[in-house]
This record gives sequence, C-alpha cells and structure tokens, in this order.
Amino acid sequence: MSKIGVFICHCGENIGRTVDCARVAKAAGRIRGVAFATDYKYMCSDPGQSLIKKAIADHGLTGIVVSACSPHMHEKTFRKAVQEAGINPFLCEMANIREHCSWVHERNEATTRKAIELVRIMVEKVKRNVPLVPVRVKMTKRALVIGGGVAGIQAALDIADGGHEVILVEKEPSVGGHMAQLSETFPTLDCSQCILTPKMVDVGSHPNIKLYTYSEVEKVDGFVGNFKVTIKKKARSVDIDKCTGCGECQLKCPSKKIPSEFDRGLKNRTAIYIPFPQAVPARPVIDREHCIYFLKGKCKVCQKVCPAGAVDYEQTDEFVQEEVGAIVVATGYELYSVGKQGPYPERLGYGEYGYGTDPDIIDGLQFERLASASGPTGGAILRPSDGKPPQSVVFLKCIGSRHPSKNIFFCSKICCMYTAKHTMLYKHKVHDGTAYVFYMDIRSAGKNYDEFVRRAIEEDGAVYLRGRVSRIYRAGEKLIVKGADTLSGAAVEIEADLVVLATAIMPQPGIETLFQKLGISYDGYKFASEAHPKLRPVECATAGIFLAGCCQGPKDIPEAVAQASGAASKALIMFSKDEMLRDPVVARVNENTCIACWYCVEVCPYKAISKKEIRDRKGNLIKRVAEVNPSLCTGCGTCAATCFSNSVDLDGYTDEQLYSEINSLMAVGQDLFPEVEAEAEGKAAG
Amino acid sequence: MKYAYYPGCSLKGTAIDYHTSALALAGRLGIELVEMEDWVCCGASPIHQRNPMMAAGVANLLLSLSGEICPRIAVLCAACYHNMKKAEVEMRHDKKKRNDVERISGIPFNPEVRTTHFLEILEKDLGLDALKGKVVRPLSELKVACYYGCLLSRPPEIAFDDPEQPTIMERVLQTAGAETVTWSHRMECCGASHAVPVTGAVLRLVNDILLSARDAGAEIIACACPLCQANLDMRQAGVFKEFGMAHNIPVVYFTQLLGLACGASGRDVQIDKGMVSAEPLLQFKNLL
Amino acid sequence: MKYQIRLSADAGGLMREVKIRSGVDLKKCYQCGECTAGCPMTPEMDVGPTKVLRFIQLGMEDALFQANTPWLCASCETCTSRCPNLIDIALVMDTVRQMARLRDIKIPVKEPLVFQDVFLKSMEVHGKLFEPGLIGFYNLKSGHPFHDVGLGPPMLLKGKLPLLPHFSKNRVKIREIFERARAHEQEQGREAEKKEEHGH
Repeated sequence: MSKIGVFICHCGENIGRTVDCARVAKAAGRIRGVAFATDYKYMCSDPGQSLIKKAIADHGLTGIVVSACSPHMHEKTFRKAVQEAGINPFLCEMANIREHCSWVHERNEATTRKAIELVRIMVEKVKRNVPLVPVRVKMTKRALVIGGGVAGIQAALDIADGGHEVILVEKEPSVGGHMAQLSETFPTLDCSQCILTPKMVDVGSHPNIKLYTYSEVEKVDGFVGNFKVTIKKKARSVDIDKCTGCGECQLKCPSKKIPSEFDRGLKNRTAIYIPFPQAVPARPVIDREHCIYFLKGKCKVCQKVCPAGAVDYEQTDEFVQEEVGAIVVATGYELYSVGKQGPYPERLGYGEYGYGTDPDIIDGLQFERLASASGPTGGAILRPSDGKPPQSVVFLKCIGSRHPSKNIFFCSKICCMYTAKHTMLYKHKVHDGTAYVFYMDIRSAGKNYDEFVRRAIEEDGAVYLRGRVSRIYRAGEKLIVKGADTLSGAAVEIEADLVVLATAIMPQPGIETLFQKLGISYDGYKFASEAHPKLRPVECATAGIFLAGCCQGPKDIPEAVAQASGAASKALIMFSKDEMLRDPVVARVNENTCIACWYCVEVCPYKAISKKEIRDRKGNLIKRVAEVNPSLCTGCGTCAATCFSNSVDLDGYTDEQLYSEINSLMAVGQDLFPEVEAEAEGKAAG
Repeated sequence: MKYAYYPGCSLKGTAIDYHTSALALAGRLGIELVEMEDWVCCGASPIHQRNPMMAAGVANLLLSLSGEICPRIAVLCAACYHNMKKAEVEMRHDKKKRNDVERISGIPFNPEVRTTHFLEILEKDLGLDALKGKVVRPLSELKVACYYGCLLSRPPEIAFDDPEQPTIMERVLQTAGAETVTWSHRMECCGASHAVPVTGAVLRLVNDILLSARDAGAEIIACACPLCQANLDMRQAGVFKEFGMAHNIPVVYFTQLLGLACGASGRDVQIDKGMVSAEPLLQFKNLL
Repeated sequence: MKYQIRLSADAGGLMREVKIRSGVDLKKCYQCGECTAGCPMTPEMDVGPTKVLRFIQLGMEDALFQANTPWLCASCETCTSRCPNLIDIALVMDTVRQMARLRDIKIPVKEPLVFQDVFLKSMEVHGKLFEPGLIGFYNLKSGHPFHDVGLGPPMLLKGKLPLLPHFSKNRVKIREIFERARAHEQEQGREAEKKEEHGH
C-alpha cells in the first residue's frame, strides 16, 4: 500500500505569490494513497529537507513528491535528502509547479487548480515507482589525447601529472601544432617556441605519456570508461629507436624542392626531413609522395649516409590497439584558404585578392614564419618575391570571417590581436616602414589586450583604417590595395610591398570523419559541439569524450590551455573512481516479446543497443533480441517510442507509470477535484 | 549548332563591325545564328536605372521572342547578355519575382531558354579543339590584352567563367594562336553609359585602363562589349586632350580577331571601323 | 556637410521603402566600406555608396536625395559582387533613383537623368534605340548642344551611325510594359506609406 508524502514549496514568492500553496497541500492530502501533505516556504533549505526526513521517519513513507521548481534544479538535492533518510532516491520525484505553473500564469483559480493537477499526476506516478540502483561501469584509468598542439600537450601533461597514463596521438611527425610556428605571442611578445618547447620536451619524456607521432586514430569502439582505440602508426621509413637525429640524411637528400608545410610554403624542404629543429621527437620522416626512391626506385642516398643504419624503406603502417577510459579531442585548426575551392561555387576563395597566386600576398601564419627566428628568412621581414624588406605592409582583417557571402558568419576571435602584434613585430624590425591595417572592428577583450592594441597604434605608429579592401592587384613591384576608410568616408588606395591576410580559423579539413568515428556532434562548420555552450564547455554530449582547443571553436592560447586543463580535470574526475555510476533511467528490452526488427538499434543516437543471440546449451540459435547497454544508454526513450512490439520500456518512466499520469487527468467516474468543490461549497456556505 | 540571335541596338548601329565579324566567324565555324524578328532594345543600363521591373519585363519579352526560334539564345553585347541572363536566372530561382515579372510583361516565362554569350558558345558548345581546326592564319606574335569589362561577369550569378579572374577570352584567343598578356585592369569599369552624360569620368577610367594595357606590353585590346569598345576606342582623342596621353592602341572585337584567324578578310570583319585604326598593326603582323 | 539628426521611432521608414521596392534588407549592411573601396566612380561622387546606405539606414532623407551618388552610379555591379553580406547595392542605387523621381525634389545632377529619359523615350517610340536621335536629343535637352560634336563626322564617315531609325513592331509591347511598371511602382509607394502607419 502506498504511503506517499507530498511537500509543497512556496519557493519564497516564486510560487507562493501565484499559487495558493496551502490549499494545494490540503487537496493533496485528500488524494488516495497520500499519507502526509504539507507546505513550506523553502523546501530545498536545510529545515525544509529536515522536514522531509522527519516525515519519512514519522509516517513510514514509501514515496515522496516534492512540488516545487524544476527537477533540473533540485531533484538531486531532494533525492540525496531522502537517501539520507533511508529511502531509495528514485522513489522521490518532483512536480514542477514553478516553471510549469506559477511562472507562466496569473494568480487565479485556474492556476491553483493546475498546480493541484500537477501534484496529483506525480502522486499517481510515484505510486508505481520502484527502487532503482545506479549502473556500475568499470573504469579504465587511461586517457587518449588526439592532437599534439598546445591544447593536447596541456591536457596530456595534466592527466599524466595527475598520475594516470596518457596516449597522445599526433598526425604530424612532431608535436607542437601551430603554436610552434608562431614567432611571438600576444600580449607579452614571448617567443612562442621558447615557452612551448619545454612542454613539448616534457610530453616527449614524461613517464606517463606514450607519444605516437606521425599517427592517426583509425577506429574507436566501446564506450565511456571502456574505449578500444585502434591507432595507425604511419610508416616513417625510419627506425626511430636506431636514429640519433644527426640530420645527415636531410643534408644529403637530393630532392630539395618540396614546399615545407611547417614554413607554409615559404621555404623548401627535402623528401627525408625533420620538420623543424626543435621537433619532438627529433627524428626524420620520409615523404613517400616526393621521395625519388619511392617514385622511381632510384637514389637511396639517405640510407647510404645514415651512420646508424636507421633508414628502412620496407617499413609499413602499423596498427596498435589501446584501451582507454576517456578521450580528449584537441585536433586544432587550419586557416581558411583564399585560393579557389573545388568544386568551385561562385563566391568562395578571394579572386579579388588574386586567389593566393601572388607571392607577396600572404596569410597570418606565413607572416609568423617570416618573423620567426627559426623561419625561412631567419626572422627578417622580407618580401617573398624579391627578398627585399617591405617599406609598407598592409594588413587585412576579417578575411573569410564574418563574411556571409563566403558562408562564414562567425568571428575568428584572435585575428584582431595577432594583427596588432604583426604590426608591432614589423615595426620593431623595419623601423622606417609603415604598417596599415584595414579593419571593421577591433576585438581585444582579454587581459591586457586592449592596452596591447593601443600600443601598436600609439607607440608603434600602425595606421588603422576602418573599412574593407575591394581589390588587390600587382603593378610592377608594388601591390595596389584599394580599400576604404568609412570614418572619413574616403576610398583609400595604398601602394604596398607586402599584404598580409588575417584568414578565418577553420577546423582541420576532413575532421568530421574522426568525429563520426568518435560519435560526437559537430556544427555546420565542423567545429566539435560542446555539451552546453555555457555550463559544459569542455564536454561532449557523448559521455567520456572531452574537448580542448580550437577544434571546438576559435580561441587564443590562454583559452586553449585553460580549456585543456578543464578537459583534463574532467578525465581525472572520471579516474578518481574505480567504477562509474550512471543514471539508472535506462531502457530495458523484454526479451520475450522482442521481434528482432532492429528499428531500435537504428534509431538509438548513442549506439547503445546491440543485437544479442540467445542460444541453447548446444549452441543452437533460439532467437535474436535487442539488448541495451546500460553504460551507454542515456534514457532518451527513442527506442521505447519506436518499438513496434512494445517490448522496450524505460526504467523509471515505464508505460504503466506514464499512462497512470495521463489517466489521472482524465479520470471519469472518480470525483474530479473533490477538494476544490468542497472548498467552493465551503466558501458558498460560509 | 543553331541559335536564336539577339544582336541588340548597338550591333546594328555604332557597333556594326561586331555584328558583321560575328556572322563572318559563325559562318566559318558552322554556327547558325538566326536573328530574332521584331526584337526590341533591351534597355541596357538606363532601363534598370529607371525601374528594375521594366528591365526584367523587357528581358522576359526578349526571352519569349527568341523561344519562337530556338531556346538557346546567342548574344554578343555584354549589356544585353547581362539584362537577359539576370532576368532568366532570377525568374528561374525566385517564384515571387517570376510572378511579378510575368504580370508586368504580360508574358509567361519559358524556363527552357538559355541565354548564352558567344564566348561560351565557342568554348563549351563548339569546343576549342574544333575552333583550332578552323584556324588558318594563327594570330602569332600578336600581343592581345583581353578586356572583359563589367557586365559579363557581374553579378557572379550570371558569370560563365570565374567572376573575379575569368580567362575564357584568353583561352579562346590563345587557341587562335595569340599571345595574351596579364594585366591588372581587365575587369575595371570603363564608365559604360556615362560616356555621354558624365564624359569626364569615362575619360579618367579609360585612361587608367589603357595605361595598364600599355604597361603589360599589349599591342591591341580585344573586347566583348560594344560600349567598352566605343569608350576605349573613340575616347582616346578625348583622353589625349584631357591627360596628354597618346595611347594609340587599337581596340577591336574578339570576333574580328578570330574571324581573321579563320581566314576572313579585313573587309569581312569590317576592321576599318575603329577610330584608332588596327590596320597598320595587323598588316605588319601579316594578318590582313 | 554637417548633420544633426533626431532619431524617432520611425527612422526605419526609408529602409522599409527600399525593402518593399527592391527586396533588399539594409539591416544586413554593417558599413564595412567594401563597396566604396571598389567603386570606379568615387572620384566624382559626393559621398561613397557606403554613406548612401547609411543615410537610408538612419532615415536621413535630405542627405540621401541631395547626394549625387546614385546618379553617378555606372551600374558596374562591382559593389554587388563583393559585398560580404550579399547586398545588391547597385540595385539600391537604382531604387534610390526611382524614389527620387517619385518625390517632388530637385535631382542633384541632371545629365544622367536627361540621358535616361531620352533613351527610354526612344525605346517607346522606335522599339529599337536610334543612337543618333539619342545623342541629338540629349544634347538639346541637357543644355550641352555641342557635346561630343567632334565625334559626329568621323562616326558618320565610318558608317557607324544609321541615318534613319529602325522601328520594331513590338514597340507597342514596350509601352505596355512601361505603363504596367509605372503602375507597379506607384503601388509599391502606397504599400510603403501604409506600413509606416502600422509600424513593422
């Protein structure tokens, strides 16, 4: 027999001002099965909770309904309270008479009636609640970090320092990402590699970090706490255990005309190469698409000159399996290309700026390479076309970003800051040159950021022109830049020696394939989606997978590092327990009635349902049924709604429970609102 | 290959050489151009500058007139191409626009029609290989600056080649053996119909264009629009008066050059119509 | 020119009228200046196209119709092709010209207006443009009787000027189209006024 306790909260004025809570409590007391009903000003407070616990003890309650705010707010609070009083927490439910009633209606009779009805239907449900026990999932206390840029490095170091093993997978031959390509970072003008390389070295030598470079994630199976990841180690053609990193192979390689990815095409590299001197690991890789041996079968010079005998042309891609409990995605970004995109729709790329064919029109990362001491010009700002120092440099912001006609609507966040930085780097090296910046806005919202931009303008003399540029074309040695300054209303023409385009921050091309393997969502631009834009910025909706860095959206280094540490902490939270406890509101298949149509398998967004075979002792197949993995199931109910044979039900939200709620609203033959009519009679009489 | 042919007003008047040379060329290439009967002026710029609905309405009328011969319409004048193609594309994709234009023109839109510029016909329908086969007098050592002007490529929705960096005219003329130059003002506006009411601006723009062609080493400029040709050619005297620059660079239609390359005579392509004569240069290059 | 404007609840009236007439929503314009940067006619214009759009956004009617900018627009559509927000600025210029005619105001520069009128008249009268007539009447009506007079003889000699106009049977249709279009623009004007009463 049910002995439900009903507790009506006034929530101060939030409910009490609109709903007659005392009356609701009285009416609740008359519902069949309710043993105790009361109202109180603040149910969630300590005294309120004590009230509930005392009632449980005094009346031997078998179920609790707290009518107050949304369960999103305080379900945890009340369930914890009843658990402390010795009742299974899933026997406590909330009736939302705030968001669903007092907050959306005026104070009148109908509103209080509605509150009573809401209480009644929840009482009917709770009469049919059964105790539920959280699902226990084993936890593999190892993490996988995908991406070895500054975000991935930070996440890996934090988890490793936290005492757990980390697998760090990076697709390039070295870790470091784009931060390793930068010359100096805003707002301090720290040398980028100087502050990054210590972390790179740490990652390479940390006892808890297993570093796979020149590798990619091939396949991901399993679920939170129990992922099985297949990693493809691409063939370097070099045995990195034998190799000493002496660099002889690089010196002697005859194939020298390959545009260097690290130097963004401003310099050439050899076919066997170490991407940059500070690479971790400092071991070469052979680019088989350009190596003479792999193309034509001749040469083999590197093998001949290698003193350690480390060159191995027979090396093949290797696949390894790792088991991890958490995954951090830190795949970073790539810059928007102003070149023609194919298949070419009318407006993509920037033909008005030459489609990237003029050597003196470069992008932000290329300018970083020019300014970098380890770059193609040793840090001197020189024109790629003729190697002379440019006397006037024009910087264009918002190239691709905020440009609806190129289908990009977002702001890339960092370009305003790095452009101001570029003007300063330029002026510090070419003292008599002039830097011009064409801008629409200046977004400098971080700490010491606006001061930094003002420095560029006031101390280093950068000329800021508020307007866009319509066209850039070459006239002899100069580039003619035709822009506008809307503040003065003028059309502005500048003869530039060098033009730098601040192009949009985009996700890595093709990254959606990896996201699909992981089963995480992404938006129309292919940025990974966070679970909640405000309150859960480092988690995915998919349990056990976390996000760090620009793969989730454009951001600067401090934000990427902070987010990485945040993602690491989420992983460490998971690893702090040997087992994961998950919400027991999961689907359950009635194997007697399941007809194996597999529709539930198809519709499940979390891949939580699989096909199970039931065999007899001899191994003969009796039937196939669907099986729900309670570790993956989130209780969304899609399968329950889809099932043709009505074989799937949701623990905690069974059909019986839900129908009882509906039926209580449409009760025919029962006295509807006996409490209300009794009151009305009472009023009429008195 | 048969097309309904819409010459437009200029091609029967000040740009008669464009019309004549195109027919001479088409004849040699096996392209049949059947002139529309009782065609009317498309309105060029003044019509949409008065009321864009008028422009679309007249364009719809022209599209329907051509449809009586053949759904594929061949156009040479850039302004006519622009007006007709813009109306065609807008009506095909915008239901409301189509209804309005049909109402104002009193004529239903025929979605089968395809306005095509002659350059497109040469490259896409005829094919450059077939064109090459007809070349008997290659335009070797002739340094040509191809001038596109505005209305063939803008807005991008009507362009038949890359809207910012088209190369179709270069490809076609290279097939005929010409050496085309890379120059900065290929698509800069010549001032178009401002030639009469705002002549000063046109002189300024024409001067910039010709300077750029000169700097790139061009000997001759090829056009695909009668107003561009008129401005770049007829206004050179005015440019000299205003800026003291004697450019003396002949400006011809690409159909004239192609016609010569395919064996037509100077008279067949009416090469003598330019204010700045192209004859001395072409004779020097043994093309006449 | 100095402006001091008082913004009222109906500052969006001009934007609304432009939207009704051309379909262009000027709320999308974030005043980046790219149109002004690429416009070939800015040396002759009072203000660049960016400012014209700003006048419309803020309902600055006097400033809008006093500027010679829309009348100097060459319709090259460079602005339309490059606008980051896909605004058809050339169409907005056409629309402002149209709106100017429908109001009782002085047009800031008369030559393009005269040229337009003479051109369209020839379309209605002949069906096919009669170029010598166009130039002749333009010279008369604009008060520049000897404009381009030097070009006349060489063009005649080269056979570039037809002596007689060509008529097209379909000129009747042109007159009909023009009439219906004129009625349509009156209709649009009424719709624009109506909306002002009811607000958005």
